[in-house]
Amino acid sequence: MYAFIGIMWLLILAGGGILVTAVSKISISGYGDEIDFLIASIIKAVIAILFVIAWIVVLSKLKNRIFQKQIES
Amino acid sequence: MQQELIAALVVSVVAFFVVYAITPFLIRELGKRKLAVPDVNRVGGAMVPRPGGPAIIAAILISEAVLFLVFPSDMRNLKIIALMITTFLAFVVGFIDDRRVLGGWFKPLALAASAIPLVLIGIYDTTSVYDPNLTFPIFGSVKIPALYIGIIILMIPITGNTINSIDVMNGIASGFMTIASFSLTIALLIMQNYDVALISLPLGFVSLAFYKYHKFPSRIFPGDSGALTLGAMYGVIAIIGHVEVVAAIALLPAVINSFLFLSSVKKIVEHRQIKNPTTHTEDHKIIATKEKDAPITLVRLLVAGRSLTEKEIGFTVFRLAIFSGILAIITAFLMGVRV
Repeated sequence: MYAFIGIMWLLILAGGGILVTAVSKISISGYGDEIDFLIASIIKAVIAILFVIAWIVVLSKLKNRIFQKQIES
Repeated sequence: MQQELIAALVVSVVAFFVVYAITPFLIRELGKRKLAVPDVNRVGGAMVPRPGGPAIIAAILISEAVLFLVFPSDMRNLKIIALMITTFLAFVVGFIDDRRVLGGWFKPLALAASAIPLVLIGIYDTTSVYDPNLTFPIFGSVKIPALYIGIIILMIPITGNTINSIDVMNGIASGFMTIASFSLTIALLIMQNYDVALISLPLGFVSLAFYKYHKFPSRIFPGDSGALTLGAMYGVIAIIGHVEVVAAIALLPAVINSFLFLSSVKKIVEHRQIKNPTTHTEDHKIIATKEKDAPITLVRLLVAGRSLTEKEIGFTVFRLAIFSGILAIITAFLMGVRV
């Protein structure tokens, strides 16, 4: 359980790093300032949601691997 | 600074002793009105008064009101008002759920609605209630003004229901919240956010005082009104203190519990509607059930390989909470590090 919490912590730190260094830098140009901002915000939000889904999938796999044996024992 | 220290001492004492003094009276009143539920893990199935939420909310409102009066024309007062309104609304949601059995979706939706005053006060004063950026350790922050409102609306139901879902055995919810909230206060102090650290103190002391009556063998249960009040206040502190990530880390064991539950049940349901994930041995210890369709929870995992007493399970959860609290404090230190 301690390992599971530790892995979750590392995933939060890594996910935050990717969001800040890569996703937040996304910008769109050519449609006017307001539309550019709106499109960029939507793209960022979609990527952030995909990250959360990926995070849940990874944890789910991890959970099954670590805990299934424990439950069946 | 001296004034802040005196205020910290006063609100801590007020928060602790209001719960300490009111709860015995509440236990008697609930007993007289036969508002009690069976403690399913207790030998003989004793009836335990519920809910303790009124004592918890009274202590929070009184101690935060004291803080409000100490600094009458201070910028932090808007944060205190936002916290008091949202926390009170979460209490009302829990109290309704304590009195009537409502659907699984009622609580998340009603808690989301209780976050609206916090959003509106933040829109009214865009500088002093919350900062619509999400800050991560080491890497910095992301500006998400529109998305941040969604985070607030989600945060209160998540923290509220997370604490509610870990309230499964004597003393766990209040003990866990004591550890998590003091970890959060330490993190706020490390990040030099002294105003919100001060505002957060009542949460830790209210939880600690309530733990005295909630610990094994419980004399009172917090009920949904108590658990949702504690969880919602924790969520509000995370937002007004700009420590969303740190707060989530301190809460990890409870988040894991909710995650395990939701990923095994695969829908939002009332806990009363599901099979018990644990059962009892002949010597009345608690052990994981063999039923395949019972949900996987934190407690079920802790007793999967070995049976434990209720008290031992509580202390195992508290050790996990301390571990997460340490990670949260490390994260607070990392907030000052930039690459």
